[in-house]
Amino acid sequence: MSYLTATTLDQALSALAAGPVSIIAGGTDWFPTHGDRPVTGDLLDITRLPELRGVSQTAKGWRIGAATTWTDIIRADLPAAFDGLKLAARDVGSIQIQNAGTIAGNLCNASPAADGVPPLLTLEATVELRSANGTRVLPLSQFLQGVRQTERAQNELLSAVHIPTPPVNSHSSFVKLGARKYLVISICMVAVLAEVNDDTLTDIRIAIGAASPVAQRLTTLEDHLRGCALGDVQNRMTADLIQSLTPITDVRASADYRLAASATLIRRAVTLALKGVI
Amino acid sequence: MDKPTMTEVTSFTLNGDIAQVEPLPGERLSYALRERLDRKDVKIGCNAGDCGACTVLVDGAPVCACLMPVQQAVGRHVETLAGLVKTDRDAQALMQSFQHHQAAQCGICTPGMMVSAVALLRATPQPDAAQVQDALGGVLCRCTGYRKIIDAVVDAHAAATLTVASSDLGQAARRLDGLAKVDGSETFGDDVAPAGALVARAVRSPHPSATFTFDDLEAWRVSHPGLHYVLTASDVPGLNAFGVIPGFIDQPVFAVDHVRFRGEAVACIVGEAETVNPLDLATFPINWTPQTALSDTTEATGPDAPQLFEDRKRNIMCGGFVQCGDVDAALDAADATVEAQYTTSFVEHGYIEPEAGFAEVVGGRIHVHACTQAPGMDREALAAILDRPMADIRIVPTAVGGGFGSKIDLSLQPFIAIAALKTGRPVRMTYSRVETMQSTTKRHPAQITIKVGAKADGALSGLRFDGDFNTGAYASWGPTVANRVPVHASGPYYIPDYRARSRAVHTHCPPAGAFRGFGVPQSAIAQETAFDLLAEKLGLDPLDFRLKNALADGVPTVCGQVFDQGVGIAPCLEALRPAWEDAKAECAQFNAQNDTVKRGVGIAGAWYGCGNTSLPNPSTILAGVRADGTVVLHQGAMDIGQGSNTVIPQIFAKALGLSVEGIEILGGDTDITPDAGKTSASRQTFVSGNAALKTGEALRAEILRQVNAGPTAQITAQGGRVTVTDAGHVQQLDLSRLPADDDGYVLRAEESYDPPVKPLDENGQGVPYAQFGYAAHLVVVEVDIALGLCRPLRFVAAHDVGRAINPLLVEGQVQGGIAQGLGMALMEEYIPGRTENLHDYLMPTIGDVPPIETLILEVADAHGPYGAKGLGEHVLIPTAPAILNAIYHATGARVTQTPATPTRLRAALKEAGHA
Repeated sequence: MSYLTATTLDQALSALAAGPVSIIAGGTDWFPTHGDRPVTGDLLDITRLPELRGVSQTAKGWRIGAATTWTDIIRADLPAAFDGLKLAARDVGSIQIQNAGTIAGNLCNASPAADGVPPLLTLEATVELRSANGTRVLPLSQFLQGVRQTERAQNELLSAVHIPTPPVNSHSSFVKLGARKYLVISICMVAVLAEVNDDTLTDIRIAIGAASPVAQRLTTLEDHLRGCALGDVQNRMTADLIQSLTPITDVRASADYRLAASATLIRRAVTLALKGVI
Repeated sequence: MDKPTMTEVTSFTLNGDIAQVEPLPGERLSYALRERLDRKDVKIGCNAGDCGACTVLVDGAPVCACLMPVQQAVGRHVETLAGLVKTDRDAQALMQSFQHHQAAQCGICTPGMMVSAVALLRATPQPDAAQVQDALGGVLCRCTGYRKIIDAVVDAHAAATLTVASSDLGQAARRLDGLAKVDGSETFGDDVAPAGALVARAVRSPHPSATFTFDDLEAWRVSHPGLHYVLTASDVPGLNAFGVIPGFIDQPVFAVDHVRFRGEAVACIVGEAETVNPLDLATFPINWTPQTALSDTTEATGPDAPQLFEDRKRNIMCGGFVQCGDVDAALDAADATVEAQYTTSFVEHGYIEPEAGFAEVVGGRIHVHACTQAPGMDREALAAILDRPMADIRIVPTAVGGGFGSKIDLSLQPFIAIAALKTGRPVRMTYSRVETMQSTTKRHPAQITIKVGAKADGALSGLRFDGDFNTGAYASWGPTVANRVPVHASGPYYIPDYRARSRAVHTHCPPAGAFRGFGVPQSAIAQETAFDLLAEKLGLDPLDFRLKNALADGVPTVCGQVFDQGVGIAPCLEALRPAWEDAKAECAQFNAQNDTVKRGVGIAGAWYGCGNTSLPNPSTILAGVRADGTVVLHQGAMDIGQGSNTVIPQIFAKALGLSVEGIEILGGDTDITPDAGKTSASRQTFVSGNAALKTGEALRAEILRQVNAGPTAQITAQGGRVTVTDAGHVQQLDLSRLPADDDGYVLRAEESYDPPVKPLDENGQGVPYAQFGYAAHLVVVEVDIALGLCRPLRFVAAHDVGRAINPLLVEGQVQGGIAQGLGMALMEEYIPGRTENLHDYLMPTIGDVPPIETLILEVADAHGPYGAKGLGEHVLIPTAPAILNAIYHATGARVTQTPATPTRLRAALKEAGHA
């Protein structure tokens, strides 16, 4: 039973190599999951590693350090393609949670209702996994394997999220459905990133969360919409194009409700993304 | 791993000073602040980031201290409310503004609210309401309905200009006990245990129904050094049972052989804090054999259902019945009828303070310091459990961080009392959030069938009501719910032909007990929404229909009770008329232009009898004057946030003829203060208020008698002197010549009041209450058709309170009640085993409660102190049906199961023809 506050990345990676250890950052999922049980294992705190915090521009796009908080993201100067991510950040729990909770924590917790995932899927984010043995980069969609399941190995640290430079004329949105205003776990949420050139939807990426074990891109619908004139977008969004969803029934909503609401949310998220363009 | 911090010193700046602790790895900052640094102004409500009560600033940013390992605070600046109010200008402004607006009721969420607000004000000195909502969205409040908190933060920048209202009766006085709620010094159940107290934790059933056997408890105990006792049923000195109603004392302190609900206690471990706190109770040596569990009243009354109690056949614990006229004939003769069925859910009280306290043995007597709504009842119940005379038991109530009915019942008191007696040491206990949600009482789920008829002119001609109430595993206040519902299910209307039946049915669910309204909010949903359907059938306006049938002076209730004064429902309904007409027009206009969302307006009326139903429920109030001229009021009416610590002194001071300022107020400690009864049944302002009035008058008479002054003389008490001025003649009362009694009083008065009621006969005819209070709510809602989301936009609430002793407290009750009614209507559903925390169980946040306009009406009641009527429960009864009526008005969708979650509302919309 120990608590290590890593001060260098190497220190963190060697702690991970040494044996099973729980990584703690914002604690906003770790403590609720842990509940009132005693802490028995070793804890590795990664919040004091400067290279793990903050948003920066790279040659290929953007890098968001693992321990970057939702508040950091809200405050970062980012192009319009990130508006959806910022809206999602504002919908994470409450300000208290946004001040502590981190982007990597949201991903590693792998909740189907993680608000950060749909916008990151539309941004085609990849995750950087580091260990004492080296570094690998995985698309986010591959990293998330199932409910509370990820590709992260026990000795790996999710060190950063990378986002390739989004298309220039991008517009993005995020719509969350919950039964109250704040502090609410999503019934369902949708993120959209649309590229518009000359009144044409030259590209569109739509991702939906809490409607399947892992949030997913709606590629059939995207394919159907890509290239269409802006005026036609709403008409082309037909219900048969979202059949890949397999929502569950839980205390927040029934599966039938989620399926029907998904279609509405997708329409609204697309409309919101194109607001000001149409 | 190198450098383990197992015993490493962790230091940070706490409220400007260096703080050092030696925490366990991963220890919550909240725990370290409270238990190692004695910062008890940091409150813990959930330990999961769901309630925000523990909010502190870390380097200026609000975070939940329960979600931060203390090791992360190293080298950083941590600020808590108690520190902020000493130096921070924004915090000091908030202190004033919170008191001015009465933004703190019970006060348990106040530190979280104020600390969050400080962070907002530093960035945005003059925020608007929406900015306040965003900034405070992470803190739950269960008392206020949030609107006063919003007002207080919005107005904080102008705190210096706020004028302090007079504390005279009828004035919007600040709370007399308000300062401690805003400076972090208020002490709740978990804030009072002495350092080094032993800790108790209950071992509870994970199964709703199961038999069990223990393995070797002693072997398990000795394997945990520092664990002193494992208490079980055999350790209960007296009666292993408690309850609140004679004849229904049926809940064991510790279950024997079998459990009847998930969360029922089977044992309690007691030991040193460092042993007990981290102990994993999953290792407790017990063998469970799960049995068939009944989860609702239909299952429980079925022919093959297992019986929870042998003598309660078909699991029916008891019933209630009220009948007048011939309802079947009347419904047959009606020109229009409506028949409908309704289902409501378990509702959690959701106070932010989990049950907590400590007990100790002092001079051979047992002292229990805990949060409670009913110190007198706690003492009585403990006397039986401990097999000791009442005189050996002292209940010292702490501040109560919300109660709403659940803290009338015993919870942890028997555990800590038995543990203290066993060990001879102080023993503390604090329920976890899951534990309080699993094990304490809930609002009864109801299955209701109602049929109501009227003549073509709109005159009600009959109402038939059948309700089954899921009372859970034990009686608690189930009999009261069963009794109250048939008396109230008519609503405040004249119904000559009426029959209402209720049954309280046992299931393997948590005990359902007292929760603001005792079943009446459920029956009002059925009755008030059925009324709208009936009015529609008759082509009548819902408000006109209600007014046509409203009770009035001289008109009998369904119990045959005739009030010749004080019936205030018609004025409440009339008061809503301007808002009603405006809202109807506004909704029509809005709906003509919008398809995605539709607006509707709904109203509902309510009444509620104040005090116990046809049973005695006296209150006693004591006051004395010391030789130094200090007037002391022994105020035993527990203030659980509603404001009795202010209202009772305001009444007493008025009767005595003195200003409230300078009166010393003592609380409900059973050693020093007579029993003012439980805080329940909307009885404190009415019943204890009358006792305070009589005591004030008696003390006044005694003072005047001392100087032979006439009844209109003026009394002043200042600087140790009592001066009486009678027709220009000034006399000093020389207190020093009077002998002081054992309490140090040279003058004293102690008076009781018990409302005049009469028993109900076999048809429920009689005098159930000496007074009723009346209410009517109006709400405008917006419904998102495709998503089935209902968003209330504004409320107008008319309440006849007889006499508003303190109008600001009235508003506070109304707004808080509406927030709970809104939650019940739209989101709150306790499902045993599934929504046992505050992220799966949803209560309204600061963003969910719209503006509320309160219209205070004063139809004086002859029995009320200065005409006052009770209010605490009336405030939530009309809310849910008004919302459902508004949804129907907006969309034509009939929701018959609460809460109207998006799933249910969307299904109802579909049924109403919305694709």
